[in-house]
Amino acid sequence: MPLAFKKETFRDNYDYSNSQDAIKRFPFPFAEDQYMYSVNIEPHVKGKPGSVCEFAFDVDEHYVGECLDKQITLDLDRGRYAVLPHMMDAQWDFVELTMEALANDYPEHFSLKKDGLNWTWENKPLNIKHSFVFGDASTMPMDPFEYMSRQVQGDFVLLDQRDDTLYADGGFVTSQADWSLAFDVGMSWREWHAPVPRATELGVMDRALKYLMNIQLGSPVRRLNWTMTVNPRLDTSPENYPLWGTDRNTVNPENIEDKIHLRVELQSLFRLPRSNGIVFSIRCYLISLKELATYPRWAKRLHRVQKTMHPDLVEYKGMTKFHPMMVEWLSQFDDGETLSVGTQPE
Amino acid sequence: MSMIDVKVAAVEQVTPLVKHFTFVRQDGLAFPAFSGGSHVVVSMNVGGRVFRNPYSLMGSPADTSAYHISVRKQEHSRGGSLFMHESIEVGSSLQITYPVNLFALAKKAHKHILIAGGIGITPFMSQLFDLHRLNANFELHYAYRSPEHGAFADQLKASYGSQLRCYTDSQGGRIDLLALLSKQPLGTHVYVCGPNPMVVAVIETAKNLGWPDNTIHSEQFLSPGVGEPFKIHLKKSEIEVHVPADMSMLEAIELAGVEADYLCRGGVCGRCEVDVLESDGALLHHDHFLTDAEKASGKKIMPCVSRARCQKLVLDL
Repeated sequence: MPLAFKKETFRDNYDYSNSQDAIKRFPFPFAEDQYMYSVNIEPHVKGKPGSVCEFAFDVDEHYVGECLDKQITLDLDRGRYAVLPHMMDAQWDFVELTMEALANDYPEHFSLKKDGLNWTWENKPLNIKHSFVFGDASTMPMDPFEYMSRQVQGDFVLLDQRDDTLYADGGFVTSQADWSLAFDVGMSWREWHAPVPRATELGVMDRALKYLMNIQLGSPVRRLNWTMTVNPRLDTSPENYPLWGTDRNTVNPENIEDKIHLRVELQSLFRLPRSNGIVFSIRCYLISLKELATYPRWAKRLHRVQKTMHPDLVEYKGMTKFHPMMVEWLSQFDDGETLSVGTQPE
Repeated sequence: MSMIDVKVAAVEQVTPLVKHFTFVRQDGLAFPAFSGGSHVVVSMNVGGRVFRNPYSLMGSPADTSAYHISVRKQEHSRGGSLFMHESIEVGSSLQITYPVNLFALAKKAHKHILIAGGIGITPFMSQLFDLHRLNANFELHYAYRSPEHGAFADQLKASYGSQLRCYTDSQGGRIDLLALLSKQPLGTHVYVCGPNPMVVAVIETAKNLGWPDNTIHSEQFLSPGVGEPFKIHLKKSEIEVHVPADMSMLEAIELAGVEADYLCRGGVCGRCEVDVLESDGALLHHDHFLTDAEKASGKKIMPCVSRARCQKLVLDL
């Protein structure tokens, strides 16, 4: 079925919603009644038709709106894009990966024609057509990595693997859950994960690093991460905290179902061929409590998960202000029914 | 594990002991590009028994029409290299893994010193393309037994004449490691691939001269080797597995139908690491992955190359 792209805003008047189809395919992350921080990585293999994991990079009804929002955020702050000079091979790896995936998986919207190193890329939804020489940055209107990061939903971090660890040596980050590219660029794995509570003690980060460094070409992996966000805002960056931080004070029992959104990140990691680097893709999905509660099973599950959340995590995820009110609102759906393990809506 | 079905498109005898193989994909598609220093694991079915050996990819990483490897016929081959030399010909079918790089160039290095011994030239055969393309400052020091054993030496001289130095053992040629490594500018990285004594000598010399650990790179795939037969017990699978003299633990485990993780199968990557739950004898660690302390603790073993001399060995598999 061809996608109908919606006109949306992720700031100011927040003109954003999910269609029935989008709600049904939402990547709900809680399979059990209690949440425990874990690495929960699995192979990023082809998922069920219609699911967010059907393809390597999911394109959905929010595509055009999100790409526009990326551009606004980047125009306001060029610091959201950064890449170190030794990452040029990784930039081209990223171009190849994303162009091939989109053209192959969504042929009605994207096309890629190759004649040796002479490539022509067409992006119909964004009305872009460009011919260039693969590997020759002078034939691109901007950095190759920036060019394609603007045309794929989500944030992207380029990781360099050296000295037995991973370094965040490039990124295009405009929809982050309160972390800063300008602050983290050039950092090693251990440095940028230092703030995660309880994970370092559990040894989770060391095990995850070992696993990631072994990611193989042709065998990408994925995991889900989540938080709660007030308003459907993609750019919840520390740089713009003054613009969204106080939104937490606007939540009340009347508007909570429209204001509070479950924010799920589909994080995927791909080994890159020429650079031996890794691209970390962080795709953000937003759903309001009201939309989510159209499936009672999800509302019950989220109620139990939030009710038993460790206070450190409530604080880390920035939910302290509205957490009790949210648990109270969700409780109206929870009749105590035993829920089987699994994330399905029904 | 994702594998690629390939067909042998060309075989060339490069030296009396080394053959060069060209692979193309069975499905006619392009191979993925790769990074200099990568290897693939080639899967060979030798009379019903599967050998999986790692070989460095040679040639330009940007050439996606074919992959190239070179295989030295090992004197004490358990079957793998002998099979490649005697049974593989143009048109033969094989399976390979996607490329893996455990010997990557340090992209931030100011200068690269590459030191190869014999067949250890192979990973450099792709790295040289990357270094050249990136306009990097590099030197290649290549030592071999005698002129007829200097695989690809003529080709290298033609392409990289001024950056190459060859050392022919039969003519008294020796690399003076101390002189070479003591005069390098800050930010230089050294890479070595070759016989064990050479690798150890380069690492020791560089360390003694105060080179930081992260500037010293080596790759040395081990072959599983031959040893005494022994028995292992797999706790999760609840089976006993007999490890014959000429088979690795990993191969015996696979033959028993138990799926175990692996990547390089040469004691380097760490992927097949397994917990030792019980043992009543000596673990014979042959890998380059575990630290000395880990080896001494007797809690972990790399079944791809290591063995044991004991009556009882229980693994968490």
